[in-house]
Amino acid sequence: MDIFVQQLFNGIILGSIYALIALGYTMVYGILGLINFAHGEVVMIGAMVTITLLRILVEMNTGLPAAALVALAITTALPLCALLGFTLERVAYRPLRNAPRLSPLITAIGLSIILQNLAMIIWGRNYAPFPPILDTTPWKILGAAITPLQVVIVILAVAIMAGLWLLIGRTRKGRAMRAVAQNPNAARLMGVNVDGIISLTFVLGSSLGCIAGVMVAANYGQAHATMGFMLGLKAFAAAVLGGIGNLAGAMIGGLLLGLIESFGAGYIGDLTGGFLGSQYQDVFAFLVLILVLVFRPSGLMGERVAERA
Amino acid sequence: MSMLVVNDLAVSYGNINAVQGVSFRVEPGELVALIGANGAGKSSTLNCLAGLLPAKRGDVQLQGQSLNRVPAHDRVAHGMALVPEGRGIFSRLTVLENLQMGAYRRDDKSVVRQELTQVFEMFPRLQERRDQLAGTLSGGEQQMVAIGRALMTKPQLLLLDEPSMGLAPLLVEQIFATVATVAKSGVAILLVEQNAQLALQLSQRAYVMENGRITLEGDSAGLLQDVRVRQAYLGE
Ligand SMILES: Nc1ncnc2c1ncn2[C@@H]1O[C@H](COP(=O)(O)OP(=O)(O)OP(=O)(O)O)[C@@H](O)[C@H]1O
Ligand SMILES: [Mg+2]
Repeated sequence: MDIFVQQLFNGIILGSIYALIALGYTMVYGILGLINFAHGEVVMIGAMVTITLLRILVEMNTGLPAAALVALAITTALPLCALLGFTLERVAYRPLRNAPRLSPLITAIGLSIILQNLAMIIWGRNYAPFPPILDTTPWKILGAAITPLQVVIVILAVAIMAGLWLLIGRTRKGRAMRAVAQNPNAARLMGVNVDGIISLTFVLGSSLGCIAGVMVAANYGQAHATMGFMLGLKAFAAAVLGGIGNLAGAMIGGLLLGLIESFGAGYIGDLTGGFLGSQYQDVFAFLVLILVLVFRPSGLMGERVAERA
Repeated sequence: MSMLVVNDLAVSYGNINAVQGVSFRVEPGELVALIGANGAGKSSTLNCLAGLLPAKRGDVQLQGQSLNRVPAHDRVAHGMALVPEGRGIFSRLTVLENLQMGAYRRDDKSVVRQELTQVFEMFPRLQERRDQLAGTLSGGEQQMVAIGRALMTKPQLLLLDEPSMGLAPLLVEQIFATVATVAKSGVAILLVEQNAQLALQLSQRAYVMENGRITLEGDSAGLLQDVRVRQAYLGE
């Protein structure tokens, strides 16, 4: 029972982070039909920049509470990531908008490698520790441990997703985003600046990714120049699981993948009689990806992937 | 001042010259028809006017202002709206959201609300289905959404590309009656139609397009009697 609750908590924490990242993939795919494989690197850069800033802030001995320091660091990292997302689209994807679908895909993978290496040049090959300023004494709930930080992560992720949901579902800009995703030329005829909406999509997705990156770094106490790769792939798997291009799908897919991974890792030892251990956690994302692609390529909530692909 | 003046407009797709230098105009409050066979270049002309296709050469002026350098999304703000061939509705937005998209560039909220009411009065069926996804509507209803949405941009010039396409005769009549009403309200209209008979009956003047060129023009009543028109487009 204790293990069950613990894995449930872990799954929800992990899942809400995946969901935030998956939203970035799904929003871009919905509007451009493009899989922005560099998105994971935006997440990584969000984490690395925040850690760097935090270290500086801590050294300055400002006397501010830890939460304020983190908030301060994020408010600087966030626009930076937004700008990075904006620039990637402007410089790398926009010129390829009418090119065959393979070209932007290869470009995306190339950008991902470039950003990863750039990060290694800037931050080195070692793990960057998250300054230990956050309270990590766990609370005991139903026999399972959860830290205040983790509670904040989940609440913040849910709040951000609710905000995004309202933005896209209820506002004029959000309506325009959906219109552009469905029929860009018709949207133009309504006076929508389609390029502007596409930029906005990248900015939003990158901002969510940045916050998710910080969450990962804070939760695990460290970040690394290559962390975006696996995170990105997993969040992509989550987006596909939910039905890529579908907002609710990304949220549900993220959460589900978090739960699958966490329960999988928790019970894989028992299931295989100790043959496989929890280090096989990463396998589940790809198992899910393959199963979805084979049995339900449009994902749980998706409609028309086949027509696009 | 003319509402629309088009001078020597040419459009091509790669090396296919779809429109090869057409000139025409639309006066304020006028309903002008542009008729012609399949592939004559009518849609290419309208799409170019709306800014969706680049002009290879030529000049487009709306109320004396050159549109040559105005991007598609700013042309609505200049008072031009296009109801494209095939309607181009947002199928996964509701009817209401589709209509709201028409008002995307408008800030006069209370006026917009009034006009929304007017559109619903014009198309009561849309009122009943306002919260339904537009993609689930019948073809005729979708055409109403497309026209209603264009009207929500508050156009001074409305470009209509085959609004009767694929509709049952009864609905065609209804759509044309609507077009007549809109024209009466003072909006200038350029109507592209396959149904030459109806288009010529409804319009004051008309142009006939063949292979990317305008081959005939004149007042519609006259063209309706013209032997060449009767043979080529009215099935005689
Ligand atoms: N996207 C395109 N690529 C290449 N050629 C095109 C394209 N669209 C249209 N054409 C060609 O341009 C010419 C004019 O087409 P257009 O659609 O403007 O004709 P139309 O008068 O609207 O015909 P219809 O009455 O069938 O709608 C045709 O020969 C057509 O094959
Ligand atoms: Mg046509």
